[in-house]
Amino acid sequence: MAMATDVPKDGFRLSMLVYDTRYRSYTIQIVVLVLFALAVAWLLNNTVQNLEARGKEFNFGFLWQRAGYDIGQQLIPYSNDDTHFRALLVGLLNTLVVAFFGCIFATVLGVIIGVLRLSKNWLVGRLMTVYVEAFRNVPLLLWILLSYVILSETTPNPKDFRLTDEMAAAGEAPAASMMFWDSVAVTNRGTNIPSPLFERGLGSVDLGLFTVNLTLLAVIAVIAGSVWFNRRLLSGARARQESTGDRPVTWWKSLLILFAPITLLLLAMGFHLEVPTLQGFNFKGGILVAHSFTALLIALTLYTAAFIAEIVRAGIQAISRGQSEAAFALGLRPGRTMNLVILPQALRVIIPPLISQYLNLTKNTSLGIAVSYLDLRGTLGGITLNQTGRELECMLLMMLIYLSISLSISAVMNMYNNSVQLKAR
Amino acid sequence: MKKSVFFGALAATTLVAGLSSAGTVDDIKARGELICGSNTGLTGFGTPDASGNWTGFDVDLCRAIAAAVLGDATKVKFVPTTGETRFTALQSGEVDLLVRNSTWTASRDSELALDFVAVNYYDGQGFMVKKDLGVSSAKELDGATVCIQTGTTTELNLADFFKQNNISYQPVTVADDSEAQRQYLAGACDAYTTDASGLAASRATMPDAENHVILPEIISKEPLGPVVRHGDNNWGDVVRWTYYALLIAEEKGITAANVEEVLASTTDEEVKRLLGASGDMGVKFGLDNAAFKNAIMAGGNYGEIFARNIGEGTSINLARGLNALWTQGGLQYAPPFR
Repeated sequence: MAMATDVPKDGFRLSMLVYDTRYRSYTIQIVVLVLFALAVAWLLNNTVQNLEARGKEFNFGFLWQRAGYDIGQQLIPYSNDDTHFRALLVGLLNTLVVAFFGCIFATVLGVIIGVLRLSKNWLVGRLMTVYVEAFRNVPLLLWILLSYVILSETTPNPKDFRLTDEMAAAGEAPAASMMFWDSVAVTNRGTNIPSPLFERGLGSVDLGLFTVNLTLLAVIAVIAGSVWFNRRLLSGARARQESTGDRPVTWWKSLLILFAPITLLLLAMGFHLEVPTLQGFNFKGGILVAHSFTALLIALTLYTAAFIAEIVRAGIQAISRGQSEAAFALGLRPGRTMNLVILPQALRVIIPPLISQYLNLTKNTSLGIAVSYLDLRGTLGGITLNQTGRELECMLLMMLIYLSISLSISAVMNMYNNSVQLKAR
Repeated sequence: MKKSVFFGALAATTLVAGLSSAGTVDDIKARGELICGSNTGLTGFGTPDASGNWTGFDVDLCRAIAAAVLGDATKVKFVPTTGETRFTALQSGEVDLLVRNSTWTASRDSELALDFVAVNYYDGQGFMVKKDLGVSSAKELDGATVCIQTGTTTELNLADFFKQNNISYQPVTVADDSEAQRQYLAGACDAYTTDASGLAASRATMPDAENHVILPEIISKEPLGPVVRHGDNNWGDVVRWTYYALLIAEEKGITAANVEEVLASTTDEEVKRLLGASGDMGVKFGLDNAAFKNAIMAGGNYGEIFARNIGEGTSINLARGLNALWTQGGLQYAPPFR
């Protein structure tokens, strides 16, 4: 009888939730989950109560009200009669355009610096070390402010470009002059560049939210078609080289395919440049690239390039010396060894950390507020938030948008990463 | 069991949190300090000097309110706020009130759930340009680059003005007055627009003030005044009537210097009520009976505050204009104190 009681019963007792290792982990997880849910519920409840106490309701209806403010840089048509939502889109595009160019420039610069930092040339190597340490150890905000101040304080006022009658009579030249055959003017407000215009453009189609510019679409389609034909031509030539050992001459065909169609299209549509001219207070015509954009782009590029350079250096050093020695033994010169042997292998080490640098750069664009760059933070999270007093809605929406942008970049880069990874066979 | 204790505690904290915001006057008395949302620095209206003492037209109103509630004009903490952060700071309870040239508008009353309790400065939006630009009217500013403080009514007025006159401009948005001045002086914008009083204040601090002109156009009404949160009417009344007390004091010729003298000799019942010598008006507001006397003694009456900080003869040199008393053709008018 005593023996029988020592054998544990198969039945479930409540104490087993704590003392039995089979159930304990479940107990802990459920308790933590309940506590977490309670904390979230408390936060939500708190928010709802406080909103109620202030007589505010949670809705996004304000997005369809008239915005009433103007935005300096707009990639899609916008006026102060448009809605807050339209202003949000303008800001979003401003964020994306600076992030897009920032990522490209930072990558190019970062790869060059990363490779040069490993240079055997003492001076070049040290210079690059100084660059990397200087840029990555000073806060980005300071670089943004610095580049903005340099751009706006060292460049001439628009009125310095003016040639008054007295100056003409005295044979003097204006204090400042335009660059590149009088087509580009750098003033203390921004850079005025020529804009492309078409006499016989294809017009545009209004799709409600966006207007699609058919002229631009036609140009993109023709360029894409040319590139595709050129690649077919080259792959044909390669196939012939591999089968017969004789490579046909392709360079003039390539040139013709790449440049003739686009030139013909531009001529047909009456392409010409509209050069900015000084009228009144500012240059009119052409495109104004404000210094806030340029400064933000320069600072983001230089700052992120320093990090990318380190990633590239680490990637290259991760490739064993045997690889480069083998390449030298085959008679490859250092440049070709780098391009054909080292870099392709280093890429798989480089890309994952590179993704997080791209994400950083994109999120850092929100620092543009320091130089009055009206990106998503400046429009939705700045003026719209302020004029409507909808802090919670604006902040949540802004977080959601930044999250979506980051996840999209991440997804695209992961796809690219998978395509360049070594395939295990 | 444990859960119910947790919920109980939860309910209790919510209740306490709800109760603590019930009476701003009691909160201030318990704290022993008034927290006043001020400008980040606008000469004449609210700016800290080299040793951190705040002075200015708006600052003196804060001090008068502190004197009324706490009996001591020095017990004020000034929290600098920008055009962008000010209303959030007020709504979240970070400051007790805002006195920093904020414009009274319908949507701020309704949508932002704020109460503008008085107008201590009647203003309008103007433009400042450099003299050598050769501009004499705001309507000649077609194509100009304009510096504008973000989060303000002036931002919206600017857009409306240029649209109505069918001319274009390039906005440069800045966070506060000092950044606007820097951009304007560096030539990054042709014109700077804000309330005309703000322009005068900015110009007064510029090293070459005579080279800048304020254009004649006033493109909007900007009634500036102290702001409190919706929902605490007693606190709103205290702020409103402290301000009116300063106006009545000017009307009756009571100054910081002659308060005691007037109190001893006056036969005017309204003055006696105001200074707490008869009736219990101060107590009705939940304050000391000498509250409004203290407010007047803190920095003088409205006219004194105006003259000392921004009036003619100071570097800002603003005429009373619309802000003269109603008896002198202005708009400043206090309801009867009875």
